[in-house]
Amino acid sequence: MPMIQSHEIFKIFGNKPERGVERLRSGATRDDLRKDGLTPAVMDASFDVGEGEIFVVMGLSGSGKSTLIRMVNGLLMPTAGSMSVAGEDITRLRGKDLRRVRREKVSMVFQHFALLPHRTVGENAAYGLKVQGLNRSEREKKADVALQLVGLEGWGGSLPGELSGGMRQRVGLARALAAETDVMLMDEAFSALDPLIRREMQDQLVDLQHQLGKTILFITHDLNEAMRLGDRIAMMRDGRIVQIGTTEQILNDPANDYVAQFVQDVDRTRVLTASAIMEAPVALLGSEQGPRAAHRLLRENQLSSLMVVGRDKTLHGIVHEHEVAEAVQQGTDDLDGVLRSATTVRLDTTLSDLISAAAESPAALAVVDEHGKLRGVVPRVTLLNALGDPTTVVEHVGPEQKVMA
Amino acid sequence: MSVPTSQFEETGVPRVPVGDGIEAVFDWVNENLGAFFDLVSDAVSGATETLADVLNAPTPLILVVLFAALAWLVKNWKFGVVSFIGLAFIISVDQWENAMTTLALVLVATVIALVIAVPLGLAAARSDSVSNAVRPVMDLMQTMPAFVWLVPMVTLFSIGVGPGVVATIIFALPPGVRLTELGIRQVDAEVVEAGHAFGSSPGQILRGIQLPLALPTIMAGVNQVIMLALSMAVIAGLVGAGGLGGAVTSSISQLDIGLGFEAGLSVVALAIYLDRTTAAVGGGAATRARRISGALGRILGRSGTTAAPVPAGSRT
Ligand SMILES: Nc1ncnc2c1ncn2[C@@H]1O[C@H](COP(=O)(O)OP(=O)(O)O)[C@@H](O)[C@H]1O
Ligand SMILES: [Mg+2]
Repeated sequence: MPMIQSHEIFKIFGNKPERGVERLRSGATRDDLRKDGLTPAVMDASFDVGEGEIFVVMGLSGSGKSTLIRMVNGLLMPTAGSMSVAGEDITRLRGKDLRRVRREKVSMVFQHFALLPHRTVGENAAYGLKVQGLNRSEREKKADVALQLVGLEGWGGSLPGELSGGMRQRVGLARALAAETDVMLMDEAFSALDPLIRREMQDQLVDLQHQLGKTILFITHDLNEAMRLGDRIAMMRDGRIVQIGTTEQILNDPANDYVAQFVQDVDRTRVLTASAIMEAPVALLGSEQGPRAAHRLLRENQLSSLMVVGRDKTLHGIVHEHEVAEAVQQGTDDLDGVLRSATTVRLDTTLSDLISAAAESPAALAVVDEHGKLRGVVPRVTLLNALGDPTTVVEHVGPEQKVMA
Repeated sequence: MSVPTSQFEETGVPRVPVGDGIEAVFDWVNENLGAFFDLVSDAVSGATETLADVLNAPTPLILVVLFAALAWLVKNWKFGVVSFIGLAFIISVDQWENAMTTLALVLVATVIALVIAVPLGLAAARSDSVSNAVRPVMDLMQTMPAFVWLVPMVTLFSIGVGPGVVATIIFALPPGVRLTELGIRQVDAEVVEAGHAFGSSPGQILRGIQLPLALPTIMAGVNQVIMLALSMAVIAGLVGAGGLGGAVTSSISQLDIGLGFEAGLSVVALAIYLDRTTAAVGGGAATRARRISGALGRILGRSGTTAAPVPAGSRT
């Protein structure tokens, strides 16, 4: 079951907002309602966030992101629709029950850190634990662990005012981690930070997420940030979610002109990764096979090199056509003499890093996972294709000819 | 009641009998709730007189030294010296007993005013409708000339310390309400939201977030309440509240310039002392609280909440 489930959520500000929902459902526009003094901030928003997923909501300022995220932990109550988090139906909870869910199930990180200036870093990190009613020694122990996770070991006794912006937000992050909730909400958590610090925090968040498996709902107005962090991204515009998809889906198949215009300036080399563009290898050579088999495979598939893998797909190396041909002529029976090391990249290597790797080797790049197993290959042609804009129209001059991809 | 036609003919605006109406209200209140007001009067004047007796019990110079030491503690040694000179001056012009009576009246009025003002300010910060209802009342209380409050007080409480204290409370109350409301409303909304987001109850948010962060502003309000109370306490001499106000009043009736100035300068000395001390307490309240708790922590063998020391030289 998804950790966060938002079903046709509406939030309208103003007097007697319920009347706005019906009108919106029957086709009234946002401006129609504005004339009557109603502000529809979120309209008909449905999405699911799976366990352990980083789900990013991306949109310009005023598009309703903060309103949406505040309905997940009940800081704002939806005008219509249902919202559940970690199996609790937030829209039905009030007072005590709502506070219990906030203490136990869902924590939050704020744009301007929202730390208590008169409390130490340690006390701030332990804030949620204090509300949970833990005793002092337990609080200190858990807060220390959380501070260590975010790289603030030893800062527990300082005041927030003595820390830089990036460090303060680490305290905000530590406070949310210390509460040990499964779900974390982050509203423009990195938007107030310098670009370099921001990159660092993004990387750290991804690391922490891998380590702890939190479900994260992350809000941003920065598409690059959305694409770096998000397993999936919801694009929001004027209170509505206009597209939900992975980075690749949004880049390569924008739902409408608005999204297309948004993504056209994205630096694709920094957001697209090997996993997005890699291909299944046309042919593979088993490590127990010999030069003859290699030669046949190379010829049949018109390849110049072949990846060599074990039975469990562990990558052993690569063989090249001219060396295989030589070995066949000399009648060698095993691959030892011709097996070379393949240039490998990881699933999450970005395009810009793939380019550097490709410069080192004329053969295709091998994409391997953390266990060293081959997951795909990136031939040079594929890399070049990915670099270009898929919508660009290319003109050809000369006689019509089939090009081998 | 007939509308006097002459006024209407002269100005085109009918005479509205506001004065008659208010008098009628006060008469009614006096007749029906007289016993209650007697009780209030007895309570506040009893408290004030007891406190005045306590302040006048020790040798004046000992108290001056104690006050000067307090001034040193909350601010610095220079202010301690200035306080000593100012307060010793009051003894030297033979106004010490009057000054302590006035101080007692100010303190009692301030405490009662704050007991009313702070909760009212909190309620006003929490709800716009309370705020809107309270604001004009506060404006009326504060801008009405101070003397005007004395007359109805005398009808309700008769002459003495009682009406002086009550009039002082009314006059001094508004900044306590205003600055409490302002202080709470000024607290960073995101920090309050963080309190909610981690599951704090409204009470926990008030105690752990709003009050501590609003404290400097609330203390500025306390300072203003004390200063207004002092100025009203002097005027209250007119209705027999005694103290420095009483000395000023008799100097006027006897055309005694010397006594007037001696009492007046004593008021100035007391005002400076009270103002600077409470301002120092308010301004540094948060940092001082930290310093004291830090020192206590060190004495008890712990540094702050978390045991780890701050790495030297790694601050940015
Ligand atoms: N408390 C509120 N009362 C009235 N309108 C609000 C309130 N909060 C937000 N809005 C309006 O809702 C819209 C969405 O705001 P918000 O959710 O803060 O957007 P974002 O976080 O994407 O910048 C804006 O038009 C804003 O003015
Ligand atoms: Mg926002």
